[in-house]
Amino acid sequence: MTVSETTATVGVQALRPHAEDAFAHELKALAAADDRPRPARWKLSPWAVATYLLGGTLPDGTVITPKYVGPRRLVEVAVTTLATDRALLLLGVPGTAKTWVSEHLAAAVSGDSTLLVQGTAGTPEEAVRYGWNYAQLLAHGPSRDALVPSPLMRAMSDGMTARIEELTRIPADVQDSLITILSEKTLPVPELGQEVQAVRGFNVIATANDRDRGVNELSSALRRRFNTVVLPLPATPDAEVDIVSRRVEQLGRSLDLPAAPDGMAEIRRVVTVFRELRDGVTADGRTKLKSPSGTLSTAEAISVVTNGLALAAHFGDGMLRPGDVAAGILGAVVRDPAADRVVWQEYLETVVRERDGWKDFYRACREVSA
Amino acid sequence: MTRAPRPAGPLLLGVRHHGPGSARAVRAALDAARPRAVLVEGPPEADALLPLAADEGMRPPVALLAHAVDDPGQAAFWPLAAFSPEWVAIRWALEHGAPVRFIDLPAANSLAMTRAEENEADEDGECAPDADADAEGPAAGPAPIDPVAVLAEAAGYDDPERWWEDVVEHRAQGGEAVDPRAPFAALAEAMTALREVYGDGGHPRDAVREAHMRIQLRKAGKEFGDEVAVVCGAWHVPALGAGTTLAADRALLKGLPKVKAELTWVPWSHRRLARHSGYGAGIDSPGWYGHLFDAADRPVERWMTKVAGLLRDEDRFVSSAHVIEAVRLAGTLAALRGRPFPGLGETTDAIRAVMCEGSDVPLALVQDRLIVGETLGQVPDTAPAVPLQRDLTRQQRTLRLKPEAQERELELDLRKDNDAARSRLLHRLRVLAVGWGEPTEGRAGTGTFRESWRLRWEPELYVQVAEAGTWGTTVLSAATARAGSRAASATTLAEVTALAEQCLLAELPDALPVVMRALADRAALDADVGHLADALPALARTLRYGDVRSTDTAALGEVAAGLAERICVALPPACTGLDADGAGEMRGRVDGVHTAIGLLTGAVRSGAGPYADGPDADGLRERWTAVLHRLTARDTVAGVVRGRATRLLLDDGRLAEDDAARLMGLALSPGTPPADAAAWIEGFVGGAAGGGMLLVHDERLLGLVDAWLTGVPADLFADVLPLLRRTFSAYEAGVRRTLGELVRRGPAAGGPAATGAGPAPGTTASGFGPGLDEARAGAVEPVLRLLLGLHNDPDPDGDAPSGPAGRAANVEEPLGATG
Repeated sequence: MTVSETTATVGVQALRPHAEDAFAHELKALAAADDRPRPARWKLSPWAVATYLLGGTLPDGTVITPKYVGPRRLVEVAVTTLATDRALLLLGVPGTAKTWVSEHLAAAVSGDSTLLVQGTAGTPEEAVRYGWNYAQLLAHGPSRDALVPSPLMRAMSDGMTARIEELTRIPADVQDSLITILSEKTLPVPELGQEVQAVRGFNVIATANDRDRGVNELSSALRRRFNTVVLPLPATPDAEVDIVSRRVEQLGRSLDLPAAPDGMAEIRRVVTVFRELRDGVTADGRTKLKSPSGTLSTAEAISVVTNGLALAAHFGDGMLRPGDVAAGILGAVVRDPAADRVVWQEYLETVVRERDGWKDFYRACREVSA
Repeated sequence: MTRAPRPAGPLLLGVRHHGPGSARAVRAALDAARPRAVLVEGPPEADALLPLAADEGMRPPVALLAHAVDDPGQAAFWPLAAFSPEWVAIRWALEHGAPVRFIDLPAANSLAMTRAEENEADEDGECAPDADADAEGPAAGPAPIDPVAVLAEAAGYDDPERWWEDVVEHRAQGGEAVDPRAPFAALAEAMTALREVYGDGGHPRDAVREAHMRIQLRKAGKEFGDEVAVVCGAWHVPALGAGTTLAADRALLKGLPKVKAELTWVPWSHRRLARHSGYGAGIDSPGWYGHLFDAADRPVERWMTKVAGLLRDEDRFVSSAHVIEAVRLAGTLAALRGRPFPGLGETTDAIRAVMCEGSDVPLALVQDRLIVGETLGQVPDTAPAVPLQRDLTRQQRTLRLKPEAQERELELDLRKDNDAARSRLLHRLRVLAVGWGEPTEGRAGTGTFRESWRLRWEPELYVQVAEAGTWGTTVLSAATARAGSRAASATTLAEVTALAEQCLLAELPDALPVVMRALADRAALDADVGHLADALPALARTLRYGDVRSTDTAALGEVAAGLAERICVALPPACTGLDADGAGEMRGRVDGVHTAIGLLTGAVRSGAGPYADGPDADGLRERWTAVLHRLTARDTVAGVVRGRATRLLLDDGRLAEDDAARLMGLALSPGTPPADAAAWIEGFVGGAAGGGMLLVHDERLLGLVDAWLTGVPADLFADVLPLLRRTFSAYEAGVRRTLGELVRRGPAAGGPAATGAGPAPGTTASGFGPGLDEARAGAVEPVLRLLLGLHNDPDPDGDAPSGPAGRAANVEEPLGATG
């Protein structure tokens, strides 16, 4: 009914510990080494937050692992935005580490990444404002005790960083209740004739998927309360291959798939195909291509490879072969059967066919496309 | 007039070329010191042009252009923007009536040295007079050091531009410096330290240049005493203060090569000041610098307001609140990055995050319109003429092609060298949009070695030449540059193909690769197969024409081949669901592509085509054939296209006659709507004049048509009649008559019943009457035997069937060639 209370299960037993627990030693070392001015209620200075995300080595020798691999500029803008009391909106196609970045930002800034509102089509207004404990309400009438605060409300009163996931999935009327919070920094409770004023240090990090813009597009009034940072897809093929192979390995382990000995070549090929079609230009930058309608994100590349591994393990000889990934690629690329098929055929005939060492892949793709 | 007390010696103002902060500082220093004369780094030949700088019609950005008189292609530019310290110094001197002179090495020498070196002119990371347009790539030899980069690195900056901005350009905004000369002294000190370590820093020509500057400085010192100000690159300051002897300097300058050089002012633009175009001046953001220089105060606030204005004009919603937030974010970002003042990087990041909603698309607009800027310079009419005009005049003289106001016709025979050169010149001018000559339809018709032109020289053409002069200094280089730019900005595929053709006509080999790239890109992105198909025939023609002109068309061939591949992939889906008009167009395209692919693959034999290796040519041909087969077999493809594809295959011998008959039978079977069937017939036998001959010679097909036509229900006949009339009325009278006679003779001549059976003894051979007229056959038999070299086997029936078949095959040949 109302939003269930966020119980921060902190402990070593958790399947996936929160960022502030997993990297507690790094945060501690940073706080110790950080002598720069900190905004009110920030655990670290903006500089130290940026270092926490981007990685580095502290004077005392503590190595800070990079949490986000990408342009420094983006992280700086994101951190600065939080320092200017403007809300931060992280945009990006799926699989660009938006949630990851927002969690670590909250952990570094407020030391707590659990004040989270998960945006869905069914997110009620209570999740953003407050709900009521009806037993209390009926027994004692409206009072502060009967009020169930939302994560946002608690962040306001404690001067913490709140997170909103998938902001564009939240219905428009619920989104609207954010406007007052973000501009007036206050949350009126008309039932009690009170209001909760945000304490300094309060801010909001929202994430949204910019491919699904149409779901519940932000109103311009809400939009202008946010500074927007677009998280890009990996910049270089090597970085992307790295990300894909690492994730595939993790996924493979959890699915108990046997590790493919020679998967790297095929992973590189999948990443190349995805990048080329996504960018609309071949890797050598010499031929332009049409782009299909799908996203072709890193996350999809990961699923194509994982799928290929499963095929290879259960139906093949355990080696990741071109034929294992061909069907997956076709499925990822050809989303619109008419237009995308032409794109794919062109790509096959003009790029794949000519490429050295891709003969087997070409044949495999021809087979599944036929 | 009281002057501030000043140290002895000339006032040396070391600047960063095109640095707005430097420009402000120079103005402040000049105001404070009030020197009697101002010396500026630049070619002394331009001294005579300096007064023009104060002209009303002169608006920066402008550039001093020096070019060798005998070879206008060898040129150097000294661009000056409003925020260039040199420009500020020149204007200050002209306003205050102080003599102003250029003291750098004369352009006559530097051009000659460049020519001698065949190297990139020295690139002191500043206002390097960029040499020859053709010279590309970094200078050979040891990499010249960038003094600013070295200093920045020492200060722990990875970006020299940013360091300079922080330390020098933004200082003035931080607070007025007490002594306007102090920064120059500090900078000179730093440069001295640098030069102690790096010597000439990999700029070998600097020694000579600086020797010349010192000599000029001494000369000015004699004339005006110590009250002389010098504005030059900071790098040169230590050298100017160095205590060398006059004799040593003279010795350095001795025996320098020399060419006759001419100088003039030309209009310049911010876009060309930016690094990424031709004669870049090495600054990424002239618009931003111009803003910093012009803004009276609060540059970031004013900049954000400007950006907001631009975005609003482009219908983006940007409120004042956005501007406020952007300014705040930029300031905080600068603080986070430890910079004294928000620079371009911070403002841009803030604009992206606040005003552009994280998107780079509107930001590109800001980059293009504001950061680089669209400001165009202006030069008064009194400035001397542009080198392009000179080059044109020279060519007009050598080609004996006088500019005349009266219109006249010119016939050119391209086999003659002079005429070919004239044609090239006229074509190049057309590429440059200098409308001197218009090609006309000549008497010679379609011959490729003749051209007709209508020439008329209007006074406005001088202006057009001057405009085109921004593209280059010779007709060739300008046309090349223009063609490249047009290729980049072309919106349709057809435009680019036309441009490729023009490039070949105008013989612009250097532009061709650029155009080819654009063509390949455009073709790759063009989703409309119609556009691709429209472009291919022109390309194939161009390929052939290239052979005539002995141009290297390998690149063209590759593009054409790629285009053909794409068409093969995308054509079949595009041929479905068309209305009558669309189908008609598509049929024309199929024809065009078929011819073009014939030309492309035919080029193998001459060895000049894209498919020097045979298998690939066959591959393309095979793929095209496969496409045609697919078209013939698909019911959803428009009838006229299907018919046409069938016919093309039949003509090429890629479809057995039996199969053709089968396809026709299918297309004309009673289940097919008569309108579709009529369209099929139109595609199959319509169009080309030779279309009817097929029906004359293959009575089986005629029989099919006849049988279908007689089977059309009366109420539908009126519907198909116009289509049929259109098809058959295009035939020559003789063909029509023969067809008529064949039809009148009736289906006995070979109806559908005979289909597939072929001429067998007892039935009739197609095209011939029933039975054999023994007497008439007997009459020709002896001659026939003689011809065939037969001496025995008197059976006449043995020859009869082979006769017509052989004849039909012979007739087939020329038909195929016309298809």
